[in-house]
Amino acid sequence: MKKLFAICIISAFMSACGGKTSETDEPSTGESSIEKTSDGNPSYDPKRGTGKFTSVDINPKLDVSLADSGSAIFSVKCGSCHKLTGEKLVGPGWKGVTSRYSAVWIMNFITNTDEMLNKDPKAQAQLEICLVRMPNQNLSDNNARSLYEFMRQNDGVK
Amino acid sequence: MKNLTTRLLMISIVTVTFFSACKPKNLNNAVSGDAAAKAYVAPGKYDEYYNFLSGGFSGQMSVYGLPSGRLLRVIPVFSVDPEKGYGYSEETKPMLNTSHGMVPWDDLHHPELSQTNGEVDGRWIFGNANNTPRVARIDLKTFRTAEIIELPNSAGNHSSPFITENTEYVVAGTRFSVPGDNENGDVPINTYKKNFKGYISFISVGKEDGKMDIAFQLKCPGVNFDLSHAGKAKSHGWFFFSCYNTEQANTLLEVNASQRDKDFIMAVNWKKAEEYLKAGKGKKEIVKYAHNYYNEKSHTAISEMRHEVTILDTKELKDICYFIPCPKSPHGCDVDPTGEYIVGSGKLAALIPVFSFDKIQKAIADKAFEGEFDGIPVIKYDAALYGEVKKPGLGPLHTEFDGKGNAYTSFFVSSEVVKWNIKDLKVLDRVPTYYSVGHLCIPGGDSRKPSPKYMIAYNKITKDRYLPTGPELAQSAQLFDISGDKMQLILDFPTIGEPHYAQAIPAELIKNNSVKFFKIEENTNPYVSQGEGNTKVVRTGKKIDVYMTAIRSHFSPDNIEGVKLGDEVYFHVTNLEQDWDVPHGFAVKGAVNSELLIMPGETQTLKWVPDRVGMFPMYCTDFCSALHQEMQGYIRVSPAGSNVPLTFSTGTNLPKEEAAAKK
Repeated sequence: MKKLFAICIISAFMSACGGKTSETDEPSTGESSIEKTSDGNPSYDPKRGTGKFTSVDINPKLDVSLADSGSAIFSVKCGSCHKLTGEKLVGPGWKGVTSRYSAVWIMNFITNTDEMLNKDPKAQAQLEICLVRMPNQNLSDNNARSLYEFMRQNDGVK
Repeated sequence: MKNLTTRLLMISIVTVTFFSACKPKNLNNAVSGDAAAKAYVAPGKYDEYYNFLSGGFSGQMSVYGLPSGRLLRVIPVFSVDPEKGYGYSEETKPMLNTSHGMVPWDDLHHPELSQTNGEVDGRWIFGNANNTPRVARIDLKTFRTAEIIELPNSAGNHSSPFITENTEYVVAGTRFSVPGDNENGDVPINTYKKNFKGYISFISVGKEDGKMDIAFQLKCPGVNFDLSHAGKAKSHGWFFFSCYNTEQANTLLEVNASQRDKDFIMAVNWKKAEEYLKAGKGKKEIVKYAHNYYNEKSHTAISEMRHEVTILDTKELKDICYFIPCPKSPHGCDVDPTGEYIVGSGKLAALIPVFSFDKIQKAIADKAFEGEFDGIPVIKYDAALYGEVKKPGLGPLHTEFDGKGNAYTSFFVSSEVVKWNIKDLKVLDRVPTYYSVGHLCIPGGDSRKPSPKYMIAYNKITKDRYLPTGPELAQSAQLFDISGDKMQLILDFPTIGEPHYAQAIPAELIKNNSVKFFKIEENTNPYVSQGEGNTKVVRTGKKIDVYMTAIRSHFSPDNIEGVKLGDEVYFHVTNLEQDWDVPHGFAVKGAVNSELLIMPGETQTLKWVPDRVGMFPMYCTDFCSALHQEMQGYIRVSPAGSNVPLTFSTGTNLPKEEAAAKK
């Protein structure tokens, strides 16, 4: 009898509290290619990743002042764990990063780190190597763009 | 599900036990079967209310969720907290500075939420220090103590920190009357009547920044001021203080302060006091008190000593203060949401007097006084009285309101809560408490707009309510559902220290404003390291400043050599994380103070004086990542005359062979 009562209470709670959970609260399933992205795309584009960016405007010529501000952000928020060479420190070295990943993937990864680590196959592959989840460093869109320009500079774009 | 079943089963067992053992006065109000469901908040779900409890002799303030009774946080206020480095880090030490020097402990009795238009607004919560008189302001964006101001001319700051309805003032009335700080205190104790005075401080609160300043102090007759509440709505502009020891006894107060049939509630017309102040009627006195303020950008507290306060003498300046007789050593002094009714709770009485603000105004206009007490007019009891609640219980202490015309009064001696109607003064319901209830709390229950879903009783005696834990038991709170006509007990939960007064507020008014991390770009601490590239170790004579960073999961630098015996080392640790809930801890062997707990984007400093030559490890104390246990380093301490050069590094201080192989 008591048990039945408990079940009633629980079901009442299930119906009452079963609100929606936000995208980032969903547990990682390890699968990514069939899931919907946060903006509702039916299939996952591993070149784009998941996040707010769908395209990035890039001038073939380097924007030096943008790269300089990226360098300043790097020294505060990134340089503790990433080297500018190809050598892994806590995270992977940055040399060649702009040829390994698309611009939009990088922009999404550094601004939407938690969701990317939960969903993106390439990000998860890196996590298996490094075993430290990259911290969300709360970069603004402009911060992220500056950092990307600095990565390009580091990869030899002039 | 198994848990819930077990819980229900236990509750039914408990209920049965009570029926047989304790014989509650009203069997209908014992724990019933749906109590667990009413207090149940599913894992991962939020509570509806924040409940702020005074920590009493712990000196802190605790935060619980309602209705679950989950402990959410303990905010260090007046006592040091080595867990958080509060009072130990160089940045927080000044918060506990006073005119007596650094005071590491106090006794916090009453939290009071800030209000706008008489409604709780969720911006700040204030707390009083009862021993070394101070008032603290806690910022509810960070849940940290933002400011502490000391009170001169005061001793046992008890009737505090109650506020006016737009948080214009926080008040602080002295429990112990004493000779003023500016007078000779070296007098015989038995000259109380002649030399002792009661001071009430009105502390102004900055509209935007909340900054506190003592606007003026009222010099009043020497009695004990116990509790207080501001008028609201129609009675805005007035403040009401309960007074006991109107016998002016200085010894064996248990007997000697319980002689008179009636003590007083003191009505204070603070708008009138403001007029006198403006007219220059205040007297400046030289005193000494500390004002401490924490800057959230530099993450550093500053303590400054102040030396002047303005006194208004209520004996000379008429029409500020009036006494209203109130039976038997009143404790609670509570104003209903309309501002018309003032409920006095004489803790040795067997009735509850309810005073009418309109009648008090008329009595003052008609000069319906029965005489004077030490120069202050005493209004005739009947001229101020609206009516009495007859035979409600024994020892009324404190009254809260539901905004629906009802009052809830705690009874310490008869250990119960009584619900009564304010208009007709009839008792509607009563429930026993386990045991000896002190204060009550209804969310917004002392404001113009209560949120009357729950009531919490804070009990003074725990005894057999919890598993025995030696001679000392956690104190206890009991949660009641008051949404229906009858009060229903739904949960017991243990508390830290001693809960006296408490406040509760709908979660919506606070949770969305909560700071998640401090922006590293805005950190103006003089010892911040903006990035690992800026870390360094600097020697200035015998002082060594270590500019250090922490990020998952390493410190930089993590190898330091060249520290010598006799040096004073300051670790200035900046947490470079920019995400919610990622503090790093910092501890070093042999530190005689505490750890640091550094929030994301913050800089905190630990002073360390090595006491011997040798190798000293340091490590992160707050589990931060899979490689948390790797977050460690060494400091080498050499003899005073050593010629080991000062060096520091991260990741490069390798054995000679390995370093050579790498090249």
